[in-house]
Amino acid sequence: MTTTVNPPTPEQQEGIGVRLRHGREAVANRWHHAPRWVRWVLLAAVIVFFYALPNKEFYQYLGPIPTPGANFTQVLFTVSIYVLLAVGLNIVVGFAGLLDLGYFGFFAVGAYTVAVLTSPSSNIKTLWPWLLVVPIAIALTMVSGVMLGTPTLRLRGDYLALVTLGFAEMIRIAAVSSDFLKGQRGFNQIPHPPGKYADGKPFFGVLDARPYYWLVLTLIILVVIGVRNLTHSRVGRAWISIREDEDAAQLMGVPTFKFKLWAFASGAAIAGLAGALFAGKQNFVNSQNFELLNSIIILAAVIFGGSGNIVGAIVGGGLVAYMIERFRGIELFGVELYEYRFLFFGLVLVVMMIFRPQGLIPNRRRAAEFKDRRKEVIVGE
Amino acid sequence: MLLEIEDVSLLYGRIQALHGISLTVDEGEIVALIGANGAGKSTTMRAISGIRPIATGSIKFAGEDISKLRADLRVRRGLCQAPEGRGIFPGMTVLENLDMGAYTRRDKAGIAQDLARVLDLFPRLAERRKQAGGTLSGGEQQMLAVGRALMSRPKLLLLDEPSMGLAPMLIQQIFTIITEINQQGTTILLVEQNAQQALARAHRAYVLETGRIVKSGTGADLLHDPSVKEAYLGVA
Ligand SMILES: Nc1ncnc2c1ncn2[C@@H]1O[C@H](COP(=O)(O)OP(=O)(O)O)[C@@H](O)[C@H]1O
Ligand SMILES: [Mg+2]
Repeated sequence: MTTTVNPPTPEQQEGIGVRLRHGREAVANRWHHAPRWVRWVLLAAVIVFFYALPNKEFYQYLGPIPTPGANFTQVLFTVSIYVLLAVGLNIVVGFAGLLDLGYFGFFAVGAYTVAVLTSPSSNIKTLWPWLLVVPIAIALTMVSGVMLGTPTLRLRGDYLALVTLGFAEMIRIAAVSSDFLKGQRGFNQIPHPPGKYADGKPFFGVLDARPYYWLVLTLIILVVIGVRNLTHSRVGRAWISIREDEDAAQLMGVPTFKFKLWAFASGAAIAGLAGALFAGKQNFVNSQNFELLNSIIILAAVIFGGSGNIVGAIVGGGLVAYMIERFRGIELFGVELYEYRFLFFGLVLVVMMIFRPQGLIPNRRRAAEFKDRRKEVIVGE
Repeated sequence: MLLEIEDVSLLYGRIQALHGISLTVDEGEIVALIGANGAGKSTTMRAISGIRPIATGSIKFAGEDISKLRADLRVRRGLCQAPEGRGIFPGMTVLENLDMGAYTRRDKAGIAQDLARVLDLFPRLAERRKQAGGTLSGGEQQMLAVGRALMSRPKLLLLDEPSMGLAPMLIQQIFTIITEINQQGTTILLVEQNAQQALARAHRAYVLETGRIVKSGTGADLLHDPSVKEAYLGVA
């Protein structure tokens, strides 16, 4: 039996694909063979670069990189939130291989938890400080992840995708229509994170987005270190085995349900954290912040970057969020490109899926898995 | 009895794949389960390893009723299966695959010992230890699946068509290794379409037809049984 969808043969893929691949492989090789100290120095330089990036004194020399149509530091904050979300979703999709189409729903749970418990517009008027509510938001998102995952992760196939999609939509509809979640009017005066300068001015203010960006950047670094350690442990091995072949994983004694639930809940927790950060920065949360499209964008970003690879997820999340903002304020033949951002985005994805389905910076294993699937499709098993 | 299956039925949705199967495996034996394509051999294996729940009947392992036990806990009890076909982890290297076989174990020294043993049994795997599982040839993947299952140091090794798709010389080789594993003390339940080899190697065997056991006996008996000969050995 042969299936109707034939992936491109290796021959069809030669050409640009090959040249790009060789270039990237050369870079990857040089990286892996560089002495340890060189890698540390480069990594430190990259980190310093991103900490320096939101300063006008620095980015004004970066040519076309700053966004013309929007405040660049605000854009950087948005991008950093997307990167954090991509890192979290990568655990679910990339490591454990679970298709979560409603990841943004957890972001909403995090943001709304903060809004409800801190804002004066909330019905319950607890008015708790932001910092106290962050762990509650994370815990609640984790709980909602476990509640959603427990019935669905036992099932095989596409149930999870459908249920998560439904979950995100449910949250959105609740946000739009329930009085408790305030719909379009939303929650205002959500408190900022704590901290003051020596002169008494708050560190996290209204106008300057830089401190929030630095906070998210720092948290991204911490989360990445945590995720890295996890993936190099027994937990990581279990996730990879589940992604590669769930039955085989079970046959080797991996409690697959438990580990899927763990991946799903840790991913949710990171989204909850991102939501709490977003609410603390925006000061205002309403139902327009949580469109379904956002879930799809993050998923696409993870796949685009190279699912299963932390660096890939960071690059994917960063690039996708940045590109969307970069289109703002650019006019071509009298139309603003921003209006067509998703068209471009779709085109790029289609091209990617044809020429480089494993993503920009794939994981070594993932690449082998893709080759293996391709073989299976051709053999038509 | 190490393994006792009694009157087991299994459903895939509304399709009944097993209709009350009973079979036993004694310690130290090689037992073969033969049958045509679609007879329910792999399904029987899935029922034993627990990746599919059974509808009725019972499965006992070393005296304990494991009918409702989770699959991963069955591995800890000493049951391990090398799945049919491409059941290895394609993105993991040969060594990582073998390491997954020892997932339930913590005794480093014992694991190292078993790794040496597996690489000794399958020199081809030793040569390709750093290669991704998905890039191995079909035969090498079969060997890897068997080696990986051995890494759990099972009391009962379940092999689902280890000779599938292999060249005749490799088939010979893999059956020799199966006998060797058995002589080193591992009990084996072997599923095969290649009835000739399986019956020649097995102490006892069962014949499965559309989800029912229709015949059983010693390997040698079945090898000479006229109806088995006709149906499974390609002798008119
Ligand atoms: N996942 C499944 N869903 C539905 N039917 C299945 C599934 N797997 C196997 N079957 C059916 O169960 C029967 C037995 O299959 P199987 O155990 O794989 O046979 P064998 O291994 O002997 O070739 C076949 O009729 C097959 O079509
Ligand atoms: Mg089969």
